[in-house]
Amino acid sequence: MDAKPKLLSVLDVVTGVLMAAATLAVFFYAPTERVMGAVQKVFYFHVAAGWVGMLGFLAALAAGVAYLRTHDAKWDIIGLAGVEIGMAFMLINIVTGSIWARPIWGAWWTWDPRLTTATIMELAYAAYLMLRQGIEEPDRRARFGAVYAIVAFISVPMTFLSIRIFRTIHPVVIGNGGDVPGAEGGFSMTPKMTQVFMFSLITWSVLFVDIFWHRIRLGKLANRVEQLKLKLGGRTA
Amino acid sequence: MKPFLRTMGAIVWKDLAAEWRSREMISGMLVFALLVVFIFNFALELSPATRSSVTAGVLWVTFAFAGTLGLNRSMAAEKDRGCLDGLLLAPVDRTALYFGKMLSNLVFMLAVAVIVMPVYSVLYTVNLMQPGLWAVVALGSLGYVSVGTLLASMAVQARTRDILLPILLFPVLIPLLVAAVKASSGFLQAIPMEEIWPWLNLMIVYDVVFISTAFMVFEAVVEE
Repeated sequence: MDAKPKLLSVLDVVTGVLMAAATLAVFFYAPTERVMGAVQKVFYFHVAAGWVGMLGFLAALAAGVAYLRTHDAKWDIIGLAGVEIGMAFMLINIVTGSIWARPIWGAWWTWDPRLTTATIMELAYAAYLMLRQGIEEPDRRARFGAVYAIVAFISVPMTFLSIRIFRTIHPVVIGNGGDVPGAEGGFSMTPKMTQVFMFSLITWSVLFVDIFWHRIRLGKLANRVEQLKLKLGGRTA
Repeated sequence: MKPFLRTMGAIVWKDLAAEWRSREMISGMLVFALLVVFIFNFALELSPATRSSVTAGVLWVTFAFAGTLGLNRSMAAEKDRGCLDGLLLAPVDRTALYFGKMLSNLVFMLAVAVIVMPVYSVLYTVNLMQPGLWAVVALGSLGYVSVGTLLASMAVQARTRDILLPILLFPVLIPLLVAAVKASSGFLQAIPMEEIWPWLNLMIVYDVVFISTAFMVFEAVVEE
């Protein structure tokens, strides 16, 4: 528990190498898109960050369910780790999306289902963190966190659907080659683009595993420090 | 099933009797709701032209804000005088407590709507007394209290409870509010039913999903 696991150190190095390779591939291997130019390259990071964000929230949901079933404190640590990582990467997703949208849509922001849902999700999980902050007792904090992680995740598809029934202009690149009526800024991926895209998706997933592991380890260590402090306080008092 | 219904009924009866004697929750929500309508009147300059498009939005924002007052009050009353502990000591199914609180919150929400909507109709000479619109109010209020009761019972147990409830509630409530506003304005502008149905369906799905979620997780919120 105390020493950093060897496998984690190896994973750190692998993640670093993969990230560097993915960045190089995006800039030097992937062809420049003919209409949008260089700004299209943000897509490789944008989608990957959104994917990792969703993984984080999904992990928090699973951990929430597991906590309510077992009442094992380790699931609480995992849930919190999932939410924190999910929020960080969703923010990257929203910011990179904005950078792309400014030249392509002519605005930093539109009220599109995906943009709106991502931001509401971010706000819901910010509420999760505030809820945890307002409760001192660890057991109750874990229970309420688990409940809210479940409720928040369930609402996400419905939020998306409710805004979807409005017209969308967000391109759907994966699946149907950008042929959504009304979508602006869509494009078809060339084989090289697909390779780079898949590679960056895998790379970011590895990055997720690495950070997730670190965060869980941090959570466990923080708990241990808390316990030691209590023990120490008890002895001196 | 029978003891479950009896427990539920007892909770609803207790809440209604307490409210009948004090009349503090409904009167508070009502005055607040009317004030919000008046503030909107000046903030948006509700001229006849803008009115038709924003009426539904004004109504639902009013209900959503007034609702948080009621939810906070309803759960805080249980918590502060130790009533919640008493209820938890009773040998009854805890989800019956949830459904009881949810039903009485629903009654309070609907009571506010029953007064605000006619008043709004008179103030702005629009006819809000349409069966379709009332169906939307019923579905919307049901969804609102189903998730609101669950989250309020968590919020009152936290240190920052008064700020916490709207922050927890509103992000989760967005699909319901979007659908309610769209369906209401559909009825107000006499849009064909085929275009209103998707919104009604969404509200029904929301109600079912969140009532069953709350049913499954409520135990975890009140256990000690």
